[in-house]
Amino acid sequence: MLKTFRIGGIHPAANKLSAGKAIETAMLPEQAVVMLSQHIGAPAQAVVAKGDRVKTGTLIAKAGGFVSAHIHSPVSGTVLKIDLMTDASGYSKPAIFIQTEGDEWEESIIRDESLCTECRLSPSEIIEKITACGIVGLGGATFPTHVKLSPPPGMQASVLIVNAAECEPYLTADHALMLEKSEEILVGIQILMKALQVNRAVIGIENNKKDAIARFQQLIPRYPGIEICPLKMRYPQGGEKQLIDAVLRRQVPSGGLPIATGAVVQNAGTVFAVYEAVQKNKPLFERVVTVTGKSLNRPANYKVRTGTPVGQLIQAAGGLPEDTGKIISGGPMMGKALVNTDVPVTKGCSGILLLPRNEALRGEMSNCIRCARCISVCPMGLEPNLLMNLSLHNRWEEAEQEHIMDCIECGSCSYTCPARRPVLDYVRLGKGKVGALIRNRAAKK
Amino acid sequence: MYSVLTAIISLGSIGAVSAVILYFVARKFNVYEDPRNAAVAEVLPGANCGGCGFPGCTGFADACVKSDSLEGLMCPVGGSRVMSAVAGILGKESTAAEPETAVVRCSGNCENRARTNLYDGARSCAIVSSLYRGETGCPYGCLGCGDCADACPFGAIRIDRETLLPVVNEARCTACGTCVRTCPKNIIEMRKKGPKSRRIFVSCVNRDKGAIARKACTAACIGCGKCEKSCSFGAITVSDNVAYIDDKLCHLCRKCVEACPTGSIQALNFPPRRNESTERDSTPTMQ
Repeated sequence: MLKTFRIGGIHPAANKLSAGKAIETAMLPEQAVVMLSQHIGAPAQAVVAKGDRVKTGTLIAKAGGFVSAHIHSPVSGTVLKIDLMTDASGYSKPAIFIQTEGDEWEESIIRDESLCTECRLSPSEIIEKITACGIVGLGGATFPTHVKLSPPPGMQASVLIVNAAECEPYLTADHALMLEKSEEILVGIQILMKALQVNRAVIGIENNKKDAIARFQQLIPRYPGIEICPLKMRYPQGGEKQLIDAVLRRQVPSGGLPIATGAVVQNAGTVFAVYEAVQKNKPLFERVVTVTGKSLNRPANYKVRTGTPVGQLIQAAGGLPEDTGKIISGGPMMGKALVNTDVPVTKGCSGILLLPRNEALRGEMSNCIRCARCISVCPMGLEPNLLMNLSLHNRWEEAEQEHIMDCIECGSCSYTCPARRPVLDYVRLGKGKVGALIRNRAAKK
Repeated sequence: MYSVLTAIISLGSIGAVSAVILYFVARKFNVYEDPRNAAVAEVLPGANCGGCGFPGCTGFADACVKSDSLEGLMCPVGGSRVMSAVAGILGKESTAAEPETAVVRCSGNCENRARTNLYDGARSCAIVSSLYRGETGCPYGCLGCGDCADACPFGAIRIDRETLLPVVNEARCTACGTCVRTCPKNIIEMRKKGPKSRRIFVSCVNRDKGAIARKACTAACIGCGKCEKSCSFGAITVSDNVAYIDDKLCHLCRKCVEACPTGSIQALNFPPRRNESTERDSTPTMQ
């Protein structure tokens, strides 16, 4: 019997069209547009000016606080300007525009692909290196990795969980990376274990990636302390709290941090980025992106420099199909529809999904029929229908008492609703309002 | 006969004892309420809209009774008529306030502002604005989902089917400010109603640079400053690439309306100018 999390969950069609495809290297963009807020937390502060020459991997923006991350140039060339750029949501945000000229890397980066298993650095030196390389969580939430590796005082990690669930339909970026860079990921896990001072690590991986599981099983005897935990396919298994529950059978307390269970969760892609940062001195400026869609000619996995326009990737994968109804950055469940194809790839972009028109539209919503399907699928054990109604009627205090802040925004409720009610939209609105209420209350105290 | 007597005596004594207890309880827990509160609440509109800043009409009545003067207290729904009635009851000076009305500062109808993408999620401005800029190229303009119309307690706002912009019914608008607080884009503003309901305002809040704003919407304020120069009263200021007309200084001369190259300054309820109409008639149509 395979493990999975205990409450709720759904099983959408996997549609892993690009599974098993090798990682191709995408063309360099003619002009890279590097957004200054590619992570959760304070936006980074630009440290270059118009006309500056930068190399690939040069630090171009410094972290704007502790919960923030450095940003490095994805290309070599000249800084054209620092100006506003339309981001995925259509709002203008500051970005650095770099004209690409050749591809000259910083000398400190080791470019040969050979495996380097030895790491003699101390835990604090490892975390320092991760901070310097601007590593953030590559699963989609883009939480700065160094913050996760520095538990708050009084808390101690006992186990590292590697999030290789990739439960989102369509996405195969982590899967492809795990097949091609299995050893590197295992070395990365050992580095992270050393940084956290734990001697146990578990790779939580869904059972639809049998080839990756077999590959890891073959290799792990050489890497003590690492276990593999195959999981039953279930969405949202890749959610931090769900993965901890699935692997360790421990629940994160309401309002608490995952570290309260003794677990630190890192995405498989992040682990590879950590390997490259620590062993090869390579900052985070490229990542694997799945470009996929049912009508797309050639769904594929690309190694992409950040700052590459999304349109260029779609061109590489065979051009924009005529019946495209929506272009989504990320997976179909938690991804975000883009306003245009000029939007650049950021650190958190795990996939570009083109949905055909007949699948893209949501349809007219009708009245709630009280079937309680949203309640049975909610992985956090909430009552989404109630939260939506409270949100519709601006009853924020009651919504707070109903634990609206525990929602992880996985969208299982909206997916499953037979009345096509936009449940998550309203719950998310309520989360924003209740969050503001809580912050106001804290400020008054 | 005996049983009837017993019943009368026992019930009567229970009643008497209860009456005594109730009397003392009522004395002990008596809450004094100023009788003027009820009198003031009587003349208030009873809409409980919260436009005065107090929780409902009784809350406002209480505040009126307790404060020394009526300065700063204003029922936007009732206006000066109700406020003078309140002043009469309380024997205080009433402060005259200029009547106000809501104006929608966006001219981005379907003609001026092309739709760039389609949104099919929840019909709520609050949700749309939290997700993305909206269906058009303008990240500042009206989203057209009608949160203001839903929120208005007086039914004074509706969304025009053709322009997809809110339309304020002046006769119904009481300037309570609910729509101003509801709009996530801060497009709606309370402005002086003006003589004969004539007012001039900049119908745009786009803070982008001129070229970008113009690309998104042909009726956008591009912050060129022509209106600022044309104004003889110093009522117009341009900041953050958008002009603003101070309604306290505006003399309704309409020079700025003519100066504006994009037509983003709107003049409402003015009669058509005589020379303007004749000029138009005399201009040859074929050139």
